[in-house]
Amino acid sequence: MKKADKFVKNAAERMVPTIVNGKRVIPFKGINKYKPTHKGAAPRVPTCIDYPKDGNKIVKSLKDALIKSGLKDGMTISTHHHYRNGDYVANMIFDIAAELGIKDLRWFPSASFPCHAPIIEHLKSGVVHHIEGSLNGPLGDFCSHGKMKGLGYLRSHGGRYRAVSDGEVHIDIAVIAASGADMTGNANGVLGKHPFGPVSFSKTDVKNADRTIIVTDSMIDYPCYPWEIMGNDVDFVVVVDEIGDPNKIVSGTTRITKSPDRLLIAELCAKFVDAAGILKDGINFQAGAGGTSLAFVHFIKEMMVEKGIKARSVIGGSTKFLVDMMKEGLTDYIFDGQTFGLEALSSLRDNPNHIPIDIFDIYDFHAKGNMVRMMDVIVLGSTEVDVNFNANCVTHSDGRMLHGIGGFQNCMLAKCTILAVPSFRDRIPVIKDEVTTLVAPGELVDVIITERGIAINPRRKDLIKATKNSGLPIRDIKDLKKEVDSICGIPAKPKLSDEAVAVVEWIDGTILDTIRKVEG
Amino acid sequence: MAKIGTAGNYGKEIRSDCKVTIELIKSGGLKIELISKVKEYFEDHIISLTKDELKFFGIKNAKIKIEDRGALDYVIAARIEAALKQLVDTGKEYLLSIIPENTNQTKRERFRRSRLYLPGNTPKLALNAGIHKPDGIILDLEDSVAPAKKAEAAILVRNTLRSVNFYGAERMVRINQLPQGLDDLELIVPHNVNLILVPKCETVEQIKKVDTKIRKLNKKNHKIWLMPIIESALGVINSFEIAKSDNVIALAIGLEDYTADLGTQRTAEGTETFFARSQIVNSARAAKIQPIDSVFSDVNDMEALKQNILISKSLGFDGMGCIHPRQIPLIHSGYAPNDVEIEKAQRIVNAYDDAKKKGLGVVSLGSKMIDAPVVKRAQQTLDKAKFGGSKQ
Repeated sequence: MKKADKFVKNAAERMVPTIVNGKRVIPFKGINKYKPTHKGAAPRVPTCIDYPKDGNKIVKSLKDALIKSGLKDGMTISTHHHYRNGDYVANMIFDIAAELGIKDLRWFPSASFPCHAPIIEHLKSGVVHHIEGSLNGPLGDFCSHGKMKGLGYLRSHGGRYRAVSDGEVHIDIAVIAASGADMTGNANGVLGKHPFGPVSFSKTDVKNADRTIIVTDSMIDYPCYPWEIMGNDVDFVVVVDEIGDPNKIVSGTTRITKSPDRLLIAELCAKFVDAAGILKDGINFQAGAGGTSLAFVHFIKEMMVEKGIKARSVIGGSTKFLVDMMKEGLTDYIFDGQTFGLEALSSLRDNPNHIPIDIFDIYDFHAKGNMVRMMDVIVLGSTEVDVNFNANCVTHSDGRMLHGIGGFQNCMLAKCTILAVPSFRDRIPVIKDEVTTLVAPGELVDVIITERGIAINPRRKDLIKATKNSGLPIRDIKDLKKEVDSICGIPAKPKLSDEAVAVVEWIDGTILDTIRKVEG
Repeated sequence: MAKIGTAGNYGKEIRSDCKVTIELIKSGGLKIELISKVKEYFEDHIISLTKDELKFFGIKNAKIKIEDRGALDYVIAARIEAALKQLVDTGKEYLLSIIPENTNQTKRERFRRSRLYLPGNTPKLALNAGIHKPDGIILDLEDSVAPAKKAEAAILVRNTLRSVNFYGAERMVRINQLPQGLDDLELIVPHNVNLILVPKCETVEQIKKVDTKIRKLNKKNHKIWLMPIIESALGVINSFEIAKSDNVIALAIGLEDYTADLGTQRTAEGTETFFARSQIVNSARAAKIQPIDSVFSDVNDMEALKQNILISKSLGFDGMGCIHPRQIPLIHSGYAPNDVEIEKAQRIVNAYDDAKKKGLGVVSLGSKMIDAPVVKRAQQTLDKAKFGGSKQ
């Protein structure tokens, strides 16, 4: 079986396969040009009489649970990434699978992290056939070098949800790490000894998987409430010593940047949002947990105080900074899909206005109008942009997969999407003639803000008009590129082979781009 | 053992710099080893630059190791030159072409509210310094450069003056204390520097020595201003003579060394430096040049910086030094005129415009006569008010 076959040029002018890992896929047809018409996933129909009358679904080990779930060759196993780089559960699963002699599994995480490097051995030995989910760190590098047996498949957070609910990916066994759970499987991520936040990424897994296993290190007396995961969707409950390290959720990124250049970028973002008339009383916006995004929140806060206005809602990555905003009366609500740090966690537990959200509601293409479309502005980072406003967030300019795709594509649907990027990194220009990997089509990227100036997408005549006399350094993106090239010099093109190693899916399920094998 | 020349910096935390190690050998041509995080993109380019430079210096056989952290051409070239000059005695200089933005001259009366200090041997800070819009950027050869690194720093500063766009900031260099500072001038003066800061200046003879040497080196007759820094009790006493000297357009004060010289410590209230600061303002104003305050060194305490600027402005200073880009907007808005000053200036300028329109030779406001320098100063106040508050 070829990993990728029958390439065609899609509507974004990218060569993409129409067969991926033996399955037919649809090439990207353009923004809002493709709507699936079928009925969606049809999960296994259970009956209550197949489950213990006393509700107790505890089995003695994860191995036991996996065997009872019918683990066998070729199955698809899903996990979530709420512990980020502190997750222990995914490695446990595949170590057990190896011990049982299972082969060719498909791992379907909501994202992978450097802590999952041990899975490389399972990829080499054939226990895991391939990974479908965000790849970064050592796993990204492994895949970039073409060493994975199957083709990597990068879906946005919303895209992953969509793929499960419309039946594109069938999960055989969902294994959900829950910091607190009761014997019948009611579970959440806020109780117990290692709380991490809401279980936002797993809701579709438990509804559509054939079997669901809850793994916890803290048993709660029935009922475990809030029951983000309902016991009625759960097959087995497993208690282990430790499921993850919440300290590793907060990585180096969740601090306000100290770099003067990045602070300047963040300040320009805030000034732009103000000048464009977006910063109004009742604004709804999203701020990530990266250093530049946090600095953006800092500047927006200052402006809000000065103007005497407040936000209606802020969507996170919830951090101490958003919690402070709510405490200071600068936002009515925090919508939380991923919690960073203890302050955010206790706010989520104690403040009813700090609301856990489901990825379906915020990002899914199949939601009946998702929340992201109602957001006034979103500020995101990016690895590369190009003169046509296309954006890349997964590969470096050398083609290596080093960053997760996350909710990047989903956020493109907001009313104003801003990419905040330095104009070059270590002599390598960030503004290109053409992005190495297309992750977000240029027609959805509204503004690119660098330390050397602001480029507004020519399609957004409204923003251009609104900020015309703002005094902000608004420039043609080609001028910006010219300036950066004059500083850095023109880099040679990286050597990439023709061999495909992964595809990037667009939020509607079509194939947007192909990632090629890195030479050397 | 063969002599080895080495210059520059390399390490995990280092960016936009490189370390060059050169060993001259008897035969075998040029053996260039490049370790670089941007190798994939710039290998051919860096190798050909290296070969060109070695050819320029007449080096035919050498082992060259370049450990690069994304250094730009002007940095690589400076490091190669510095390493080589430890091995061969040459008066030649390998110069990349000067960028057109770095050929301008500056006016005597331009704003000098903020001057951003950059360690002269740290290229990553220079690259983006101009985008923060300080009035001036100082490439420092003095206190921020370790003694062993002085020679390579001077070459790097020379190349920086030619190659880095400062986006309109005045290009300044702080030379070393005399007599070493006089040698620094040889590398700096011919490359369109706008202003030289002379540290620990105590006597008018020192500043005249600097000025004389500049005149000798300044073949293009590019305008080069002087800003002496007064950092001692003797300097304070002699400040008026120093301020009056040719080409001196601003007088700065350095308080760390001054308080040490007095045998006291700096306090938050600053009583111990009140006399010196006032004396500097007085000398500068008497010589009709700009009085410039010392740096404020706690970059995290923005509130204290604000207070410091408020006092500085009320003492009569026109600006101050800064050591972090985030201080710049506060300094610009802090030294901007207040509402009373703006209103008064506006009335003077209006009266002048009125008089001009009516063809009157004498400008008067109410019962007071106004002479030309007052009008000029009022116009400057309005300019400051207009540009002072905003960063962009």
